Amino acid sequence: MQYLVSVIADTTDFATPDEEAAIDVFNDRLQAEGHWVFAVGLGAPSTATVIDNRGPEPLFTDGPYVESKEFLIGFWIIEAPDLDVALKLAAEGSKACNRKVEVRPFL
Amino acid sequence: MSVIDVRKAITRAHREEWARVVAALTRHFGDLDIAEEATAEAFATAVERWPADGVPANPGAWLTITANRKAIDRIRRENKRGAKQKEAQLLYDDAPPEPLGAIHDERLRLIFTCCHPALAMETRVALTLRMVAGPTVPEIARAFLVQESAMGQRITRAKAKIKAARIPYRVPPAEDLPDRVSGVLAVLYLVFNEGYLATGPGTDPVRHDLTAEAIRLTRLIRALLPADGEAAGLLALMLFIEARRTARVSGSGELVALVEQDRGAWDTALIAEGHRLVRERLAAGVAPGRYQILAAINAVHTSARDVRDTDWSQVVALYDQLVRLDPSPIVALNRAIAVAELDGPEVALAAVDRLQDKLAGYHAYHATRAYLLRRLGYSQKSRAAYDKAIDLAGNTAEIAYLTRRRDQLG
Repeated sequence: MQYLVSVIADTTDFATPDEEAAIDVFNDRLQAEGHWVFAVGLGAPSTATVIDNRGPEPLFTDGPYVESKEFLIGFWIIEAPDLDVALKLAAEGSKACNRKVEVRPFL
Repeated sequence: MSVIDVRKAITRAHREEWARVVAALTRHFGDLDIAEEATAEAFATAVERWPADGVPANPGAWLTITANRKAIDRIRRENKRGAKQKEAQLLYDDAPPEPLGAIHDERLRLIFTCCHPALAMETRVALTLRMVAGPTVPEIARAFLVQESAMGQRITRAKAKIKAARIPYRVPPAEDLPDRVSGVLAVLYLVFNEGYLATGPGTDPVRHDLTAEAIRLTRLIRALLPADGEAAGLLALMLFIEARRTARVSGSGELVALVEQDRGAWDTALIAEGHRLVRERLAAGVAPGRYQILAAINAVHTSARDVRDTDWSQVVALYDQLVRLDPSPIVALNRAIAVAELDGPEVALAAVDRLQDKLAGYHAYHATRAYLLRRLGYSQKSRAAYDKAIDLAGNTAEIAYLTRRRDQLG
């Protein structure tokens, strides 16, 4: 079972060196224990482009699809047998990156 | 066997077997929805058949077998048997129960799943009432009209989340158990409180069905986890409050304050059981948690045959202990009420007034102020406080009580 662990932020500040170090430790652990699938940080919402190609021509719009105070700034994809394990890992991830996270199951 | 005997047998089977059958089927089929529906169908079949066929020798086994058949019928009907079973094996842990001493009760898994921290508190309450307590027999016979209600939708969404996010169907491992048990107890306490001080103009002031169910489920947790002090404490607390149920509302439907209750109307058997639990916890010599302290406070109250014999210094000392564990303004408010009896209303009022910022929207804050102001002879201020309390209160018996108190002011 895979879960998306979204990192939620209200600033586009980069991780501090301390946060970076904690994230590295956490990632190493995910890999060592077989939970690791993928992880990445994202550019600021202002760097996003929305594409809608449902009409005759693709339409490009500058900016994120929804403006909000809090936004996605990165994510992990983890492998976990159930939500209890996923929540524990997500709690550690939140501590490591010093930001809120959201857990959602893959279908 | 008479019709009444059969009806009693069905009610008893429902009380004793509902959660057990739901739990067994959830384990077997790996799906709360199928388990619940099939169990309800089995009870509906019992309502139909037992009056004619007689009550089976082992109602629990009859219900489990019938529910199993209903579940298999449904899975076949949906023609997804293979997929469902495969999914079930993936979703649910088929390992033997975790080593937790003598615990071997499927219902425990069910309760922990319904009270999972990833579900909203209101959802946990709704789900526990539905899956563990079960709809009433008349509700089952009416074929689940509640399904359409807001609560029904909440339960449907919760079952979908449990499945999609894979909330596990198991007793948590030992290291997580204390936290998770306290989460379960919090749900049961909420169920009890809603029964004990029911809100809404259309409801009875005391919903005995809810208080009784909360007590029954807490007894179950207590039986499953006999070493858990807070489970014992919560059970004792509920028993003390339940013991005063008939004395708490007057014939005219008005709330009767603890100090004004007819103590002869209290249920002595429930009080004795509560005292036994409190003594057991004292003997255990482990620092008490919140429910145990609340139970001890209620033990002091119920020990006094006459309200004038109440050991208020003991009550205040216990509240001091509680404040250290739970520095919430509501605990401080309740402590102040005891302080009024020990040190007088003036000292208590000063303590209550300090809580204004946090409790201005809480009816009991204004009711307490009104009571203290009245005792100090400030009629006008007291009246204003009663007005605010009446505006904010949701319980019909309490509103009646506060209104009479206000109208008695000179």
